[in-house]
Amino acid sequence: MADTAALWAHRDIPDPWTLSLETFDVSRPEIYEANLHGEYFRRLRAEAPVHYCPESQFGGFWSITKFHDIVAIDTDHRRFSSHRDIVIGDAPDNFETPMFIAMDQPKHDVQRKTVQPAVAPTQLSELEDLIRRRVGAILDGLPVGEEIDWVELVSKELTTQMLATLFDFPFEDRHLLPYWSDITTTSETVGVDVDMDERARILHDCLAYFTRLWHERAAQPRKMDFISLFAHGEDTRDMVKNPMELLGNLMLLIVGGNDTTRNSISAGVVELNRNPGEFAKLKADPGLIPNMVSEIIRYQTPLGHMRRTALEDVDFQGHTIRKGDKVVMWYVSGNRDDEVISDPDEFLIDRERARHHLSFGFGIHRCMGNRVGEMQLRILWEEILKRFDRIELVGEPKRILSNFVMGYETVPVIVHPKAGSC
Amino acid sequence: MAKITFVAHDGTRHEVEAKTGQNLMETAVSNGVPGIDADCGGACACATCHVFITPDWTDTTGAPSDMEVSMLDFAENVQPTSRLACQIEVTDKHDGLTVKMPEAQH
Repeated sequence: MADTAALWAHRDIPDPWTLSLETFDVSRPEIYEANLHGEYFRRLRAEAPVHYCPESQFGGFWSITKFHDIVAIDTDHRRFSSHRDIVIGDAPDNFETPMFIAMDQPKHDVQRKTVQPAVAPTQLSELEDLIRRRVGAILDGLPVGEEIDWVELVSKELTTQMLATLFDFPFEDRHLLPYWSDITTTSETVGVDVDMDERARILHDCLAYFTRLWHERAAQPRKMDFISLFAHGEDTRDMVKNPMELLGNLMLLIVGGNDTTRNSISAGVVELNRNPGEFAKLKADPGLIPNMVSEIIRYQTPLGHMRRTALEDVDFQGHTIRKGDKVVMWYVSGNRDDEVISDPDEFLIDRERARHHLSFGFGIHRCMGNRVGEMQLRILWEEILKRFDRIELVGEPKRILSNFVMGYETVPVIVHPKAGSC
Repeated sequence: MAKITFVAHDGTRHEVEAKTGQNLMETAVSNGVPGIDADCGGACACATCHVFITPDWTDTTGAPSDMEVSMLDFAENVQPTSRLACQIEVTDKHDGLTVKMPEAQH
């Protein structure tokens, strides 16, 4: 359904409607960097909603692209395992980092429940005032009337401060958290060509830092940060003796608590610029903010996929998925399925049932920190509207090269304060 | 037909008629009862239709499945009477059932 061949002619990425479905490969990260994946998935949803790609840089894999099929796989954790790998590429054998998102029951449940209190609603409501003050300080410190990078100065800074709080991480060293987050997600396992040995070396530094924190927390009374909760958890207190498992869980909590919200914060600015009518609605009725937050998270789908591994042969929608096959649930596609979401390509801040999206996953691996992410986005937009007339996008945002992280490297903007408020 | 009463955290009562074949979550949502989010649409996969069944009525609602028990871990302030409303299909034996709702689903 590409409008014209010309749209694709000048790109290195072929028009998906001209390709053979036999070899159709949605795993190439440059498709996402160029923001052309939408058309690829439109074809799969229309012609091969459950699709097998026999050969890719990650080997063969199934693509699940429709909303309800994704929910079916995501909730069938007995037959579709999360064990060891939850992204399309397998972690290297010499750097295996167990983490609870990549475990099955019962161990997954035990570890997740141990740290969940850090992000429970009662805990978060205590943090709301603190976050609001921090958001205010970040926004009030922005240079006005000149080009700035929204990703660096707002998206990254706010989520880093939040994550430092959730770990009770030394505040002056907080910049290490997004650094380690980016090191974690910049990986061959999601299609980025990097030196995996150097990546492992840096992540060992991360482990060493947190191991120190762990021993400090273990020696103090239990409190509501991730490290303390793990260090005092009945079933997790020995994790420090299994350093790769500690590192795996750190990577999970760092990425989960930072990268996803960062990219939703950036996406909100991008989409409200591309949809001025929606920004006008928002200014006329700030009560739409909570609904808009869900719509941003749907529209952006900060994590484009999750992967499972079939534990047995499964007949699924007329196909036989074989034991051991990789099954990739493309959330970024399911969130555009017009059988479930009307006008899915439209960004509509007053969309009905905006919460009904796939971005947090469904089933036992559903995002543990969804409330933290939503709260940060809500407070941010409440405080933005108090201060700014608009946040003007002044250049093309640069997207991230990855088939997993759907996000932005840079978003150049100029902030315009409300008249009389600078 | 069964008459169901949803009691919000602040005590507000919503009396509604359930249609045959509906589950408790759908009964609330289709009657505009606030306080049930049902993000997943009834797949026992998000724990945002958390309710408390009045103790006298728990024998009519049966026991939760393993999946429901797993998902209830995501809800806050879970009690022995906690259930996910999408997993309880309403029948005539539920006529008069009262369920309480938590302060929030998120």
